[in-house]
Amino acid sequence: MTTAVNQAMVEKYKGNFLKEVTDNVEEGNWVKMCMQCGVCSGSCPLGPHWDHPPQELFMMIRANKREEVLSSTSMWMCTSCYNCVARCPRGLPITHIMHGLAHYGKRMGMKPKNQPTEKFGQMFWDNLIKKGRVNELKLGLGLYFKDGFAEGVKVSMGKQKLGLNMMKAKRMSPMEMLGGHGVKDLSGFHAMLKKAEELEAARVGANTDAK
Amino acid sequence: MAKHEYSYYPGCSSQKGASSSNLEKSVVTLCEELDIKLNPIPDWNCCGASIGYAGGGELPRMTLSARNLALSEKHHPDQDVVATCAACWLNTREVQERLNHNPALKAETNIALQSVKLEYKGNKKVRHMVEVLIEDIGYDVLGSKVKKPLEGLKIAGYVGCQTNRPFGIDGESFENPMYLDKMVETLGAEALTKYDKKVACCSGALMFSEPEKGQALVKDIIESAYDSGANMIVTPCPLCQANVEIYQDDINARYKTNFDMPVMYYSQLMDVAFGRSALDAALNGNIIQSKRLREIADK
Ligand code: SF4
Ligand code: SF4
Repeated sequence: MTTAVNQAMVEKYKGNFLKEVTDNVEEGNWVKMCMQCGVCSGSCPLGPHWDHPPQELFMMIRANKREEVLSSTSMWMCTSCYNCVARCPRGLPITHIMHGLAHYGKRMGMKPKNQPTEKFGQMFWDNLIKKGRVNELKLGLGLYFKDGFAEGVKVSMGKQKLGLNMMKAKRMSPMEMLGGHGVKDLSGFHAMLKKAEELEAARVGANTDAK
Repeated sequence: MAKHEYSYYPGCSSQKGASSSNLEKSVVTLCEELDIKLNPIPDWNCCGASIGYAGGGELPRMTLSARNLALSEKHHPDQDVVATCAACWLNTREVQERLNHNPALKAETNIALQSVKLEYKGNKKVRHMVEVLIEDIGYDVLGSKVKKPLEGLKIAGYVGCQTNRPFGIDGESFENPMYLDKMVETLGAEALTKYDKKVACCSGALMFSEPEKGQALVKDIIESAYDSGANMIVTPCPLCQANVEIYQDDINARYKTNFDMPVMYYSQLMDVAFGRSALDAALNGNIIQSKRLREIADK
């Protein structure tokens, strides 16, 4: 899958993915500071599950493996534990770079297919944007039904005890189905986010010298 | 007037009926005991947690916490911002730092904030509740409040990730922070200082999206507490609490284990030690009850 902005980027940065990352990925300017010591990869709790742990992703960026990096499932495996950040001898904000690479890959239309954290993350964002605060009940139900209705019924039946436990402890409220918590200045909140999205899109667009 | 006042950012999971409403309740009780007044930031919004990056780019996410900070600057100009949730604290503090170090990003954030007629200046201090307890109240005062020492309880202090990294608590190491153990001992319980999963990751939001991998991490965290002889795990973080407590049934089914380990908040321990009731300490908000803590509370 390609997008117009993706093609523009490919053209603009032909053969220099490191520069593209530096210019466009959140905290991407730090990638060039990596000295390939491997501490981050060794510190990562989900390390064994990554196709390419952070150190390797940074190497691949320098080796112009654009497609492979941006469509990788690896950075979606980051739990945001900041272990790598606390230990990196060069002080790279690795967690943010992982988030940045994930988001940038998605922006370029290259997100991996059926990556569960990508899906959950988008559901979370949509949920929080709607009212300005997260509605945990709707998020939870949505999560169980993300793979379709039949699968959802199966999963949520399996989770019935968990749900009941949470309700009994008053940590999950069925009332959240009706309205739920939210910010009062919702129109302002939405206008603010729209403006922020516009400004950010213009920044990436500006880097492509888009006509 | 209360002795200490703060501009408070409660966060989504602390709301009524949400997953860490028991943290909220126990902190409110704690604040009554310590003469602390938490003033909620009017009309605060979600900080984006640690998973917001999937849908939101850098600037939209920054504006979330910037709006909260700007509201705090406007309504509580002289008060530090205090958060009880690890992710709320981290996001708010991180946004503050990143905006203050990046004038271009700050300028753009402020353009977006014009839509809500707010301006972010960036002169607030953003603090975690445990910093308030350690730095503004102090172990001595906490100790002097103890009416019912938690004698005989062996407690595995589980600090987790985001209360510990990347900022951590001043003066503490990332690999082996001691403040939670010190709090536990101040309350008269035994801190299992050798607990080797103290700063391990609970898988955060990946518990929802990758349950198998998440449960594997949590299994180790619980097992290690059993191995060190713990009666309970205590944590400052709402997501750690939830992930380590509520999936024990699932983990037992998957691994044929028999876990039944209570996972409490530091604030619940303090409430009980300070002589408050089980209800005030929100003990009923836990799915796995600690019989021994309840006995002390009901004494
Ligand atoms: S720890 Fe830092 S310097 Fe070492 S490989 Fe990872 S990012 Fe590079
Ligand atoms: S923050 Fe992400 S990349 Fe870093 S150690 Fe944790 S899971 Fe791995």
